[in-house]
Amino acid sequence: MEPKIVAFCCKWCSSAGADLAGTSRMKYPPNIRIIRVMCSGRIEPSYILRALELGADGVIVTGCHLGDCHYIAGNEQALKRVEMTTELLETMGIDPRRLRLEWISASEGARFASVMTDFVEEIKKLEPSPLGGV
Amino acid sequence: MNIGVYVCHCGTNIAGVIDVEKVTEYAATLDGVVVARNYKYMCSDPGKELIRNDIKEKNLDRVVVAACSPTMHEKTYRDVMEEMGGNPFLFEMANIREQDSWVHTDKDEATEKAYDLVRMAVAKVRKNEPLERIEIPVTQRALVIGGGVAGMEASLDLAEQGYEVILVEKEQSIGGHMSQLTKTFPTLDCPMCILAPKMALHEHKNITIYSFSEIEEVSGYVGNFEVSIRKKAKSVIEDLCNGCGLCQEKCPTKVLSVYDGNLGMRKAIYTLFPQAVPRIPVLDRENCLMFTKGKCGVCKKVCPTDAIDYEQQDEIVTEKVGAIIVATGYAEYDPSEIAEYGYGRYKNVLTGLQFERLTNASGPTLGALKRPSDGATPKRFAFIQCVGSRDVNTHEYCSKVCCMYTVKNARLLRDEHPESEVYVFYTDVRSAGKGYEEFYKISQEKGVKFVRGRASEIVGLPDDNLLVRTEDTFTGNVIEAEVDMVILACALLPTEDSAKLRDILKISEGTDGFFLEAHPKLRPVDTLTDGVYIAGCAQGPRDIADTVVHAKGAASGASVLISHTKMSLDPISAYSDESVCRGCGECKLVCQFGAIEIEPLDGRLIANVNEVLCKGCGACVGACCNGAMTIKHFKDEQINSMIEAAMEVA
Repeated sequence: MEPKIVAFCCKWCSSAGADLAGTSRMKYPPNIRIIRVMCSGRIEPSYILRALELGADGVIVTGCHLGDCHYIAGNEQALKRVEMTTELLETMGIDPRRLRLEWISASEGARFASVMTDFVEEIKKLEPSPLGGV
Repeated sequence: MNIGVYVCHCGTNIAGVIDVEKVTEYAATLDGVVVARNYKYMCSDPGKELIRNDIKEKNLDRVVVAACSPTMHEKTYRDVMEEMGGNPFLFEMANIREQDSWVHTDKDEATEKAYDLVRMAVAKVRKNEPLERIEIPVTQRALVIGGGVAGMEASLDLAEQGYEVILVEKEQSIGGHMSQLTKTFPTLDCPMCILAPKMALHEHKNITIYSFSEIEEVSGYVGNFEVSIRKKAKSVIEDLCNGCGLCQEKCPTKVLSVYDGNLGMRKAIYTLFPQAVPRIPVLDRENCLMFTKGKCGVCKKVCPTDAIDYEQQDEIVTEKVGAIIVATGYAEYDPSEIAEYGYGRYKNVLTGLQFERLTNASGPTLGALKRPSDGATPKRFAFIQCVGSRDVNTHEYCSKVCCMYTVKNARLLRDEHPESEVYVFYTDVRSAGKGYEEFYKISQEKGVKFVRGRASEIVGLPDDNLLVRTEDTFTGNVIEAEVDMVILACALLPTEDSAKLRDILKISEGTDGFFLEAHPKLRPVDTLTDGVYIAGCAQGPRDIADTVVHAKGAASGASVLISHTKMSLDPISAYSDESVCRGCGECKLVCQFGAIEIEPLDGRLIANVNEVLCKGCGACVGACCNGAMTIKHFKDEQINSMIEAAMEVA
């Protein structure tokens, strides 16, 4: 079975970058399910854990580049929370490579496609998730 | 709960990859869905009519459209909902075009992904709550910060439309950098002559100028700002001064004039230039003998209207405005940090703006070409381009105006002093603009010698002459040119106080330090703070023509806002459950918009969100340890419903 990955994208940068990847007809594997929020700063550790608990093979949080956040510094919150969640995953015995944080601007369609391709490939290399999934 | 799902073919854009029939059939099986249809173009009139009919006949209260990006058509369908008496927030889009059919080639995989995306959108819409847009009043006045050509143009455009404008200028006169220039490319107009009619704006009944003033504080929000302005003490009573200039004439103290690039002197009480607006002088307390030595008083003695007031204090005034235009311009790069050019060490190495003053008819030499070291008439000139621009060691960006102003100055030298020898050492000559390339060609025909190469070094010679070393990158030859004067085309930088203004206005800046526009192409005059606009070089280097266009754009943006007496805001805002909140203030710490206040309630503290200031990012929700903070439209259960739906199997 193909791995399933939940991607949290902010409205202003990374989701717009995903749209640009589409407009530019770039290709990436179909394993990603995008959840669009206003800002990466909205993403709480519990969402990441919930996705993994339900069998997601990977979670990727994406936002505007540091310094370029539409909400000035929401992505700094995302950075803190993802770092904290990564530690938590280690403690729980979940491979922290299943969680990734990436900054993708609205003009980086190519980067969106390459980041997603890379993440899917990396997830495919991992052992099956202890919580289900692959 | 009656949900309708509409799957768009988008011609073959979606239907060419995704099996829209199957997706429609699948959607119909989802909990709460009473009707699912597909159509060639959902956003067309017949497409929208399908939705309208179902809302009426099948009593739909919630709608999902699986089509393109919400950036494209979310508003289209929200409007349909509203028009039919529904709530526009009981709507969701599943992006099966940009984020599915356009990025995948395998039809089965893309179709399967579309099932998931539709299921996630249905799950979300099920949890959505009806929201009401927030209606707020609008103050129909504008504040313009900066009285250069951008600020003047924007002020005039707004004033002519009938709006009251408050123009705040930090110098004692409006006019900005443009007033310092000698002639402008490509028409060789006299800048002051074309600026003067605009400077007459101080007589406009709708414009109030605060000169020698700074923005102290801005509170409030879009349509309703309250601005504190510090009117710095001029030591001159404005209402009494008639601008006769006698005080300047008689003042015994001479000081280097920054306005003249430190190439000439001014008095301790002074106006910037003869056509200054307002014509009221300012007393420079750092240099005035009354303040340094406690004696003199000449200006007070000679003033015929008794306008001099040594005791005058700064004054804080408050103005209410609906929109703010930031037109604070630029600062010229200080090239002394590039040691090999010897600026500051060699008197005959000047910056571009200094050269403008040196050749200006009202400048320190009254336009006579004299070099600073010995007053001799220079005959050999070298212009060095990209000083502090296009350079990884200083600033990577191109300052855009330097090529053309150098071409202009080089040409003027050849025109007015045909015996002069003029070199331009350049990286590239960028002459994009109407009539610019032609202007550049003329300067070449007139004998300006263009050498492609960045000057590596300037060496001072004993007679104050200068030796410029460079490699001609076309021939590979090392060139050494002995000249009498060197002019550095210095980068345009953000102004020194732009960081302070950024914090006061809560706007952002780009990596180059200039204020950031909301979108580089489609929203070039908006900032990310609603109601705050940018005009001219405050947003990035541009020439006068482009600045005027940009300023007119900013004025138009501001007038779109203040032409209304009321406006509505998106209701996506945070709120705190006061029964759970313990007033710890973590939410307030992460809020970048000053939307959260910690306030007392029944002897304890709670967080209170101002829904108008709140931008809806949700950073505070994640910061709240008690689960008291929530955000409309992106509640925990709404986001979790999408996560759960994503992980279900179709």
